[in-house]
Order: sequence, then C-alpha cells, then structure tokens
Amino acid sequence: MAIALETCHALREAAALLGRAPAARFLGGGTLLVRALNEGEADFSTLVRCLDPSLAEIRASGPRIRIGAAVTMARILATRELDFLHSAARSVGGPAVRAQATLGGNLFAPPPYGDLCAALLALDARVSVQSGYSARDVSVEDFLRERGNGAGRTLVAGVELTRPRDSRAFRFLKVSKVRPKGVSMLTMAARLEESGGRLSGVRVVYANMAPAPARAAAVERALEGRRLDRTGIEAAAAVASEGFSPPTDSLASSWYRRAVAPVHLSRLLTGDSKRSA
Amino acid sequence: MEFRKDLFASERNEDLNEVGRPTQRQDALGHVTGRSRFYEDHAMPGMLHMKFARSPHHHARIRSMDTAAAARMPGVVRILTADDVPKRVHTLLILIGLGPDDEPPLAFDKVRYRGEPVAAVIAESEPAASAACAAIRIDYEPLPAVFDVEEALASGAPLVNEYHGRNWYDYEGHDYQKIRFGDVEAGFRAADHVIEERYQMTPIEHAPTETGGCIAAPDTAGRYVCYTNTQALFFSLETASRILKMPSNRLHFVGGTVGGGFGGKVDSVHEPLALLGAMLTQRPVRSAYTRAEEMQVSSPRGAERIYIKDGVMNDGRIVARYARIYCDAGAYSRLSPYGAVKAAAHMPGPYYIPNVWVDARCVYTNRTPSSAMRGFGVTGADFALEVQMDKLARLVGADPMEFRIQNAYRDGDMKAHRRVTKNAALIECVQAAARLADWPIGERFQAMSSMRDGGGERARIPATPPPEAPARRVPAAAPEAAQAPLATMPPPAAETRSAATPPPRTPLAGAGRRMSSLLGTRRR
Amino acid sequence: MSHLTLRYRLNGNERADLVAGDETLLSLLRYRLDTTSVRQGCRQGTCGTCTVLVDGEPRLACITLAATCEGCAIETADSLPGSGGLHPLQQAFMDHFAAQCGFCTTGMLMAAKALLDVNPSPSREEVIDAIGGNICRCTGYEPIVEAVLAAATAARAGATPPAAHRHC
Repeated sequence: MAIALETCHALREAAALLGRAPAARFLGGGTLLVRALNEGEADFSTLVRCLDPSLAEIRASGPRIRIGAAVTMARILATRELDFLHSAARSVGGPAVRAQATLGGNLFAPPPYGDLCAALLALDARVSVQSGYSARDVSVEDFLRERGNGAGRTLVAGVELTRPRDSRAFRFLKVSKVRPKGVSMLTMAARLEESGGRLSGVRVVYANMAPAPARAAAVERALEGRRLDRTGIEAAAAVASEGFSPPTDSLASSWYRRAVAPVHLSRLLTGDSKRSA
Repeated sequence: MEFRKDLFASERNEDLNEVGRPTQRQDALGHVTGRSRFYEDHAMPGMLHMKFARSPHHHARIRSMDTAAAARMPGVVRILTADDVPKRVHTLLILIGLGPDDEPPLAFDKVRYRGEPVAAVIAESEPAASAACAAIRIDYEPLPAVFDVEEALASGAPLVNEYHGRNWYDYEGHDYQKIRFGDVEAGFRAADHVIEERYQMTPIEHAPTETGGCIAAPDTAGRYVCYTNTQALFFSLETASRILKMPSNRLHFVGGTVGGGFGGKVDSVHEPLALLGAMLTQRPVRSAYTRAEEMQVSSPRGAERIYIKDGVMNDGRIVARYARIYCDAGAYSRLSPYGAVKAAAHMPGPYYIPNVWVDARCVYTNRTPSSAMRGFGVTGADFALEVQMDKLARLVGADPMEFRIQNAYRDGDMKAHRRVTKNAALIECVQAAARLADWPIGERFQAMSSMRDGGGERARIPATPPPEAPARRVPAAAPEAAQAPLATMPPPAAETRSAATPPPRTPLAGAGRRMSSLLGTRRR
Repeated sequence: MSHLTLRYRLNGNERADLVAGDETLLSLLRYRLDTTSVRQGCRQGTCGTCTVLVDGEPRLACITLAATCEGCAIETADSLPGSGGLHPLQQAFMDHFAAQCGFCTTGMLMAAKALLDVNPSPSREEVIDAIGGNICRCTGYEPIVEAVLAAATAARAGATPPAAHRHC
C-alpha cells in the first residue's frame, strides 16, 4: 500500500494532522521510519514532515539551552556551544546516519538505539511536546513513560536543558562490540556536579539495561553527597546492576550485561571511558 | 611487507617475476568508477520478482497448502510449489559424486528448519510478491525439533531428514570419518598428564554486503540466461541443470562479480527456481535475499562441537591426542559432509603426535543448513586445537610459542593420516611471529628448523590396534555431558525413524571412492 | 496525492522526476534512473553501501525519501572523475588495493569524499570516523584508510597520488 507523505510548514499544522490522521507518524530523519517502510513493517499510512524553522533551531548562548527536534547529530557536532553533547552525538552511527538522525527521532528510538536520549535523561532535559494546538513540557522520564504507553503520535518540538557546570560534570559512554561503530550493548550517561567537593544532584542513566533508558537509582544514592574518589566509585560499582533485570538479546545476555555493568560504570566514573568505547 | 628470503632459500628459485611486485587488479577500475556490473545491474524491462513463503516452524509436517487466495492477489503472475520442480529432491554433494539427494528446492511433506522455502510467488513487484507469500495458507503439524548435535545422536531423537534415515551422514558405510594412528590408550597411560576439553563453535553468517540473488530470463532459441552472483558458476550451472532436468547447454550463466562471498554463495538456491520461473512465465525473474533472509536462511558456517583429550609429558612432548568432532549440518547436507572430512583430516594439527584417534561425525539437526565458509571444518578445528595447545603449555609450565615449536611437524614426519610431511614451515613462522611480537624464546627453540630432526623414527607408521578394537580400547572419560564415544555409540533405535519412507538409496557413481581423495583434502 | 514532481540536481544536471511519497532515493536513483553505481546492501540504513552526497553531506539513499530532496544537489560516484581523469580517491583506491569485491566501493568513496571536501588534511582517526558507517567485508579496512590518507595527500599536492610501494 502506498504511503502518503504530507508536508507541513507550521508546527501546529503538523501536530493537528498527526492528531487527526488515524495512522500517521511524524517523519524526522527517516532512519527508523523509512527503514520500517523498506522492511514491510510500516504500521502507518501517512508520514508527516514539517519544515517549521523552529524545529531546526538551536538556542545555546546562555546556560539554558533549547534544541529543536529536527536538529541532527551532525549539527550538534557542528555546534561548539553543545560540546558536552558531542560524545553522545558522535556515538550515533557514521556520518551519513548522523546527517539524517534527529534529536526528536532519537527520543522515539527503540533499543538498542536512543543513545542521545540517555544523555538527555541524565542531563534532566525537558521535552516540549505539541499535541494538537496545545504545547507542554515534560521530563524525559515522563516522556518515555508516555512513549511506552503508545503515545506514538506525539509531536516533539524540541528539548530544553541546562548546560553542565563544567566539561567533567557530564560523562557519556557507549559500549559496543563492533569498532569503530556498532550498536550499543550498553550505554551509560551521568551528570556529576559537585558542590563543595561533594557530588550533588547526581543522575546516572543506563540504556539497554531496560526497555527504555532509565536512571540507576541505587547508583545515584551511593554517589550522592560523596566524593568522586576510589571509595565512592567502588560504592557505586557495588550496586551498579541493582534494580535492573536487563534484556537478553542478540547483542548480550542479561547475565552478561549485569556482570559488566560495574566495570563500565567504574570506567565512566573514573573518566577512563576510552577503554570501553 | 617484509619478505624473509633467508628462509628456505635452497628450496626456491629467485627468478620470480610477480611475487613481491605490485600488480593492478584487472577489475579495480570498474570497481572505483562504479562500472563493474553486479548481477542486479542487469535488470530487464518487464522483470518479475520472486519471493518465498517460508516455514515459521523448525520442524513440521505440511498437512495442506492453499495458494488460491494468494494467486488472485494484485500483481501475482505465478506461484511455484514443489510439484512444479522437475527434480523434487536434490543434493549439492552430487557435484563431487556423492549422495544421497536429501533437500527439496521447495519443501513438500515436511519442513526441517525455520525459514525453509515452501512456495515461491512470482509477481510484478517485490512488495506484491511478499504480500502474496503472506497470503498462502499452509497447515502445519509441528513436530519435535532437535538443535543439539549430541541430542540428535541420542536414541529417541526426532528424525530430521528421512533421506538419511538417521541423524548423521553415512561415509561409505561408516558412521563417521576416522583416523587411527598408533595406540592412544597406551599413549595416555604413558603420559605425565592427560586433559580433556570441550570446544563449541557457533554458526557464523558470511554477511556479504551484496545479498545472494540472480536474474533469470528467456533467451533466444529456447535457451535461458542467468545473471548470478554465485561464487561457483559451473557448480550452479550444473545444479540448475539437474534440478530443472534440462541440458546445461540450454542455460547460459553469467557471473564473475560477487559482492562478497566467503563461501556463502555456492549453494545455488536462487538460480534453479528463478530459471524455472522464467520458463513458466517467459519473463525475466529476479530472486534476491533481503538482509533479513541473508541472515536467517542463507547457510552459515556450521557449528562444531569438539572434544580433545591429550596426553602430554612434563618435557612438553604431546604423546597422544584423541578428538571427537560433531559437525552440525543443520537440516540438509549442502557441503557439510565435506567440512567434517576436512575437520577430521586437520585435527591432529600441524604437530607431530605419535598416537592419534579422531572420530568426526556430520550430524543433522533442525537448524539452518550450514555449508561452505572460508576453510570450513578447518577453522573450528584450529580454534579448538590452538586453545588446547595453550592449555597444554600452561599445564606443563612451557612457553606457548616454544611449546608449539617443540611439537611442530618437520619435513619427513609421518602425519596421522599417513602422508609424509613436506615443506613444513610452522617452526619458522612461530620464530618470526615471536620476533615481531618481541616475545622472547629460548636459544634452543630459536635454533630449531623444520628441515632438521624430522623423519627417521618419526617417519614410521606406528603399530595401530586393529580397526575392530574392543570397546575397552576406546578412550573413556568423556565429560558427563557427552555421550559415549562414537565408536561405542549404538545407532538410534529403529522406531525413531519417521513414518515417511524415504526413497531407496541408490548407489552413486562415486561410491567406493574415498571422499578425501575426491575432495583433494590429501593435498594440504 | 502521493506523487509529486521532484526538482533536483543529479551530478550537476538539473532534473525533474515524478516520485511517489514513499519512494526512497535509492529506488529512484538505482531502480528507475539506472544509476547502478548506487548499490543496495541492506535497505536498513546500516551498511553504508548506498551512500551518496546530498548537498555535500553523506546520506544513505536507502533510508532517504526522494521527496525530501527537493531542490538538493545529489552526487553519486559517477560524478567523481574530473576532466583530468580519475578523482584522487579513485586512483588511491586502485593503488592501495582498497577495493576487493567492489560492492562497498562506491559508497565508501562517497563517504571519503564527504570528508575530504570539508577536511583536506584529515587525521587517521578522522578517516576512520568518516567511513565508520560503511561496511566492507573483504579488505579489513586498513587499505581503505591508507587510500583515503594517500588521496588527501595527493589532492593537496594537486596531483595524482603516488603508486603504492606496498602490495597487500
């Protein structure tokens, strides 16, 4: 069956169309949806794309940053103000995929994809969602929960987040069995800001340890208020897999993911991520 | 690149014109300009597309099939089933004079692996063909399936392939390929240490960047042309000729450009059916794997399970080696019986061991048929052998490099399969590798040479216990998980055979010939 | 309606083609316009074989809808040779044995061209990153990395690259 491609010029118009058409999906870079089309797995009959310039906007001059949903990984990499996101953006595919894959699409990417989404969750980003003519902001956690509940027709306009205080305060690590580029077996992201030499507001996120990127609550508790020294890192590693029952798939078994999580968490926290990546 | 011309200088002429000099590949210009024509670049006007309805079960009886609704779908031109195939059951092994026929190009009665093709839809477009495949109604009765080589050999195991009548390949009246050299039991008794280890390979997909496929089309004067990416053009031509029962001079195969093969494009699964489609529709027909099909149903490297039991002396000499090899053919032979022969012939490894016992069995399971892939049979055996060598070296406290040099074949040594070693070079290779890796080895090992200290006593064929050795002669102590050694393993009970009666086994032209000589494995 | 007229430039030539909304760029270029240098490897956006340049950026034709390329300049490997003969990348790929079966080669060349067009002096790591989305199953990549580095050197010197002295 032929799939219709609808082109909108305003965000609201696209959101309204998505809400109206029964089997419509929003087309970002196409890395997920066109692939599904090729594989005969399309569960949609209409693709909606939107050329609203706001979707492609990056506002990154101050501490509060806004990134439009249509911004690609390649543009993140080309934007110096977004340097803290570069390791996450570079981990997404080769240059061709990075030129297509969008921030918005990454928020919808099922495992083993969605590495940038893990980074955004660790950075406590807010997702701007347009439903019909109404707009609202939700946390990445809430967004992922809604996504899990099948709200696939949501239109993401962009994300807002606060720049980490310094370059060491945000860490990202993607573990793949294929070099230089492969899908993620395990991805970790952490915001490690310090106040008076002690960690404060720690956020540690895993992807591919659960059906969607998720915070490692036990690790966050173990680190909160501590110094990021050997004792602190050991305490975090000891509870690295707590609360997770990771999936078994073609990339790794559940046992393996649990077994290696402490190793990679230690590398993430010591900043020795070259050995994993 | 470094050329070590100091090695074996006396064995080589120095009047070589090509070795060591850059030579441009003749196809390089076509490759870098994109002008090289792969099979799919021969797309033709009016070309139809063939897709397969595939079994969702690992093992099932086909109760009935209804293609009527699929045939009425838009774009569908023709549906092929087993009844359309002139030779309904075939084997690739016939190319080397061996049988039996054991694989239907399109399944009937039974399916034996998940993804096995049952019907082929030929339609105006690929999506139309795929949609019609999904609309073919096939009533299956699922059967118990077996996925493990040793479970497949146990009594009571489901019979995978009726054309063999049991779950292993029959080598000219033998259940397995075997090597008997010296007296392994005596070797184990004399050894300072005896260890047995288990090695398990997994199937490996070739994953060529170009998936397998072909385009077949009517040509003039009742001939048919087939553009294909087969790696074995004349193998594929003969396979198609036999399955179609059509003289090969009516088939014109065009190949030569293969977008990565690695052994994965010798099975000739596309050509016979695309040609059949072209004959029945009188239009060009394209058959091509999707990436998912390439992963799921194209034959991988077969998985081997290998047990190696070695006797080793404290001074580092290996005095006995006993190996049991189970090669997983999947549901059909393809070329796996050949791989098992190679595994057996390779098994003693490039090492001089005075007592060797090898049993290699080619086993049928309900997994995707395995076939050729870069050194199949040998690669898995080598993995097991070399890990075993490291373990042995550790056991006797030897350096792993020195341990290999010490045990390496030298010129004049008798190999376990009774060929005299010529042009051995392992010692020199290990010495060179050690030097490049800055791995210190002792002067004694630096001084060793493949050309010295071989032969003599080592050229002797040792006394070997008679082939009908009593069971006590069979090395015991197989791990608990394993079955009894092959030699003592009873064949599965007769009642495990399926009710479906296979056709009688017909003697083949090649019967009586040794497979090793047919396949040239003696020339290693 | 699901068809629209796509205006674009293909290897420097202005074109207008009627495309369906769900038609991929690969389908248009390879299967309708017979641009067979654009090859299909996986149709999943994972192998890089169908890499072409869209407005200078590397893109995977198999997961790009043709209709989204309105007004774009598309380059395939057919655009590589210049008036002076082969592109330095093509010459270097020949000299360094960077093409074995040849199937990934055109996509690999376009991925490399995308890099050299914006970065004439790439480091080895940058070359590896640039071809990181392109799968080659034959060569082991090393000859390809060598070829791209040699092509960059040759292009900077404004000459064809020196022939390799190393034969793999």
